[in-house]
Amino acid sequence: MIAVKTVLHVLALLPFAWLVADIYLDRLGADPIAELTHATGLWALRFLLLALTVTPLRRVTGWNVLARFRRLIGLYAFFYASVHLSIYLVLDLGGYWSQILEDIVKRPYITVGFAAWCGLLALALTSTRGMMRRLGRRWTQLHRIVYGIGVLAVLHFWWLVKSDVREPAVYAALLALLLVLRLPPVARRIQRRPRAPAPVQRGA
Amino acid sequence: AAPVAPGEEAFRTTEEQTRYEDATAYNNFYEFGTGKDDPAKYAHRLRTSPWNVEIAGHAETTGVVALEDLLKPLAVQERIYRLRCVEGWSMVIPWSGVPLGELLARFKPTAQAKYVAFTTLADPEQMPGLRYRSIRWPYVEGLRIDEAMHPLTLLATGMYGRELAKQNGAPLRLIVPWKYGFKSIKSIVKIEFVENMPPTSWNELQPSEYGFFSNVNPDVDHPRWSQKTERRLAGSGSRVFADRIPTRPFNGYAEQVASLYAGMDLRKWF
Repeated sequence: MIAVKTVLHVLALLPFAWLVADIYLDRLGADPIAELTHATGLWALRFLLLALTVTPLRRVTGWNVLARFRRLIGLYAFFYASVHLSIYLVLDLGGYWSQILEDIVKRPYITVGFAAWCGLLALALTSTRGMMRRLGRRWTQLHRIVYGIGVLAVLHFWWLVKSDVREPAVYAALLALLLVLRLPPVARRIQRRPRAPAPVQRGA
Repeated sequence: AAPVAPGEEAFRTTEEQTRYEDATAYNNFYEFGTGKDDPAKYAHRLRTSPWNVEIAGHAETTGVVALEDLLKPLAVQERIYRLRCVEGWSMVIPWSGVPLGELLARFKPTAQAKYVAFTTLADPEQMPGLRYRSIRWPYVEGLRIDEAMHPLTLLATGMYGRELAKQNGAPLRLIVPWKYGFKSIKSIVKIEFVENMPPTSWNELQPSEYGFFSNVNPDVDHPRWSQKTERRLAGSGSRVFADRIPTRPFNGYAEQVASLYAGMDLRKWF
């Protein structure tokens, strides 16, 4: 298990390492800050969708072991979302930080993006075993906000594009699929049932 | 560079210039795709010669004119302008071209010519971006006649002492340095003198975000981007840690152009 998790950490950090290399090698083109912001936002959204894929995939395949990687994947969504927000604050707005308050209030795509990050923060802070125990049933209720975070994250992407919504539409479709797979009737149908033991032959 | 005389500053700024590689690799030219790098990838399909421009509308002379004939009588001038994109970034680019006003005057616009409307080429064979209706094709833009006649307004045919790159709107594009970049329409095939304010592409798509005038104005926010400051994409160093700079009214050309809008409420006529 530790080996698998180590591999997952390395894979999850690869995009980050790649971007750091891009900065040092000056491979980010004319507007590196825009490029970094966009790339880290995309990775946050991808990890969020990946975390939402764990449960349906577990149901379909019956591989319950997958549940053990869900927290790790979710925390990387928070990690990339935090890097994304930090780049916006420190590199992009640098020196004009007060602008963020105005942005959050006045610009709907930033409002929903910031709300999504706040949601991820709440989930990250309560992701420990201790918090799980302490919150009990309320932990499950709280962590259902991840569906809302997914919707906010896709809206954040959708509303920032000027006219070509094809790319956010792909993410919206993936999110819709992952949510539909959770509807109880659908979830029941995709659930792989443990095969019943073969009936013992009696008599002859 | 030669020293710049006072008053000349507006025509040739001495600010640090954007690298040629950046100005030709980071473009909004949706006819070739909506990605910033799409125009550089696909604009080689554009055939810029022969190129004709149709001059139409309220003028004594109209008709289809070959580009060479259109430009022949005019002396090419160099201009170094700031270019401010509505998305919050800016560049400094040396252009060469002819003042639009001098070119238009030759066609003797009549008193009814209150506005000038421009149209970009829309040929799906040369422009793969046309397959997706990101905006209504062809791209159209417009200026009020006094804006068109202003000495700062340029029809560019070159940049950085070379031919205009195709991704930058070859062979003929507009440059209106005090307006957001999307007003500076590329690869122009038609110029028409009209009486009423002509439709413009971005305004048609989202009237609440893009006005007809679209003068650079730090006091009027775009619903998606604050226009108070900008990322200046210039110089040869890394821009990862570069500071934002404040955006100036009329992109720093207020002294030359503010009088065009005297008495107008610029919050209403954004």
